[in-house]
Amino acid sequence: MHKIRVLAAKPGLDGHDRGVKVIAAALRDAGMEVIYTGLRQTPEQIVATAMQEDVDVIALSILSGAHDYLFPEVMKLIKQKGMDNVLVLGGGVIPEEDIPALKAAGIAEVFGPGTNTHKIVDFIQANAKPRG
Amino acid sequence: MSSFVEQLQAWQAGVDKMLAKRPERKEQFTTISGLPIDRVYLPDDPGQEYADKLGLPGNYPYTRGVQPTMYRGRLWTMRQYAGFATAAESNQRYRYLLDQGTTGLSVAFDLPTQIGYDADHNLARGEVGKVGVSISSLKDMEVLFDQIPLDKVSTSMTINAPAGILLAMYIAVAEKQGVKPEQLRGTIQNDILKEYSSRGTYIFPPRPSMRVITNIFAYCAQDVPMWNTISISGYHIREAGSTAVQEVAFTLANGMAYVKAAMDAGLDVDQFGPRLSFFFNAHSEFLEEVAKYRAARRLWAKIMKERFGSTNPKSMMVRFHTQTAGCSLTAQQPKNNIVRVAFQAMSAVLGGTQSLHTNSMDEALSLPTQEAVTIALRTQQIIGYETGVTETVDPLAGAYYIEHLTDEIERQAEDYIVRIDEMGGAVSAIEQGFVQREIQEAAYAYQRAVEDDERVVVGVNKFVVKEPPPTGLLRVDPKVREEQAAALAQLRAERDQKAVDSALAELKTAAENDQNLMPHFLSCVRVYTTLGEICGTLRGVFGEYQAPTTI
Repeated sequence: MHKIRVLAAKPGLDGHDRGVKVIAAALRDAGMEVIYTGLRQTPEQIVATAMQEDVDVIALSILSGAHDYLFPEVMKLIKQKGMDNVLVLGGGVIPEEDIPALKAAGIAEVFGPGTNTHKIVDFIQANAKPRG
Repeated sequence: MSSFVEQLQAWQAGVDKMLAKRPERKEQFTTISGLPIDRVYLPDDPGQEYADKLGLPGNYPYTRGVQPTMYRGRLWTMRQYAGFATAAESNQRYRYLLDQGTTGLSVAFDLPTQIGYDADHNLARGEVGKVGVSISSLKDMEVLFDQIPLDKVSTSMTINAPAGILLAMYIAVAEKQGVKPEQLRGTIQNDILKEYSSRGTYIFPPRPSMRVITNIFAYCAQDVPMWNTISISGYHIREAGSTAVQEVAFTLANGMAYVKAAMDAGLDVDQFGPRLSFFFNAHSEFLEEVAKYRAARRLWAKIMKERFGSTNPKSMMVRFHTQTAGCSLTAQQPKNNIVRVAFQAMSAVLGGTQSLHTNSMDEALSLPTQEAVTIALRTQQIIGYETGVTETVDPLAGAYYIEHLTDEIERQAEDYIVRIDEMGGAVSAIEQGFVQREIQEAAYAYQRAVEDDERVVVGVNKFVVKEPPPTGLLRVDPKVREEQAAALAQLRAERDQKAVDSALAELKTAAENDQNLMPHFLSCVRVYTTLGEICGTLRGVFGEYQAPTTI
């Protein structure tokens, strides 16, 4: 069976990567293939890596509050490239009142502080559409 | 070796002399029930082991604290980290905090500032003013400290890669207020090594970064003698997921790398040593935290004395700031965080901190509101003025468990330091990804323990309730970026461009030729060269750091 491929990405200038690394490890333990971008990625870089690596899922992590600008920027590029099958998730310090706008932009789900990693694994397994 | 009785007599004589000059807060200290409280409590018959391992407060190895009277003389500095949006808005918050009894400022900068980009840079989109105040030039700095007398307050600045430039701006603002550099008190974080391993706001590669740091040490030893030139930080190492032992080990290993770099550059250890300061986390494992601060003090004193040959007691003392653990705050039932913060803050006080930031209850959700910040400050004031733990020095000393934990943390941290030595020191250990891997393994182990219910986090994996989403969070207006960009355009149009160009050219030459960069930072900022222009010039000479991927 095709393994689900996930790009774990840090858009913007935020250096907090504890969360994204923990989630990357949890997704790997759940049998997924995980590629991590490292810090300080522009939306353009993230989408280019996602295309190149042919991923099924992009997991974006921001703790600086820049999600309101950067998440929709990533979605805009994804739509431009016609990557409709890619499931995009967001996580970090994100106030609940911001979530409807992020979902309207195309982010499938937003996971806040304290989320159990099993919940993220389950969500990806239920919603990702791996090709292959 | 003098007997302990003689040491005690000498100590008492020193205390008497000190008290004649500066008395303690009260003439007599008593409990709420009227029982008298002594300055320090000792074993009935202190032997050699006691003298070597604990000694007297203010004496080597400083296990019991760096001052002989500790909080009986003066409480710690209550220093709340703050900054957001524009310099004008942050200035309002600082003046509010000073009015409320905060005793030192602590400046949070936004990410573009921390990474050396002006507010109008393309990569600054979405980030301006979000996690701190946006500072692109001396103009912003003038507004930030408007009506705050820099000869009266001490200011800590969380700035690392461009620390020298922000310090130069601070010196320049002080000059305009008529305050001389030698009157300035405060701290720049200036700890680049933990940025590579844990916090992420690096710019240049390690070797040129270490050189700029030694430039700052040398400059300040001459010109800004009361300034703490570095705050060697375990805080972010812990936030990234390390254990308490790793926090001590990696912090002190980084400290050793700075000392070595400065000595290799020809500086005398006791010339810059007294201005080194530290910054630790206060996590939730209460007694382990108390022991951690004590272990860090004893271990650093030994390292400075035995390894680096320091003879000045001030170089051997770990003077430290503490912040309660941001990573322990929960978004669930956020008011519970008030209680977490209170315990964490108490551990820092029982561990002998010199200054303290208490987190606000809403920080797992956003920047803190004014109400939340006020409760956090009041928490410190309650510990300081109501609980009585301040009335005797190192009150938990001699408890079997505390002394066991102190010994054990010290021993295990020493083991790590030996391993890091074998790798060629902290810079090499970080370049090889060793420190990063150790931290992320600890972070994952912790997460697994929570998810397997081996560790309880109240409100997260036990005692969970359904609750409505929080309201009234502090928001930063996205217009801040446009305003800052417009202000920058105006600044660039109005300033003396020739002066800027020539200051930048001289900076470039100095960077290429291993001259001290601090005087050049000052010449640049005085003529309103922007932070982004200065860092851009240095990027051209030094290049940029490329992080190894460790997962």
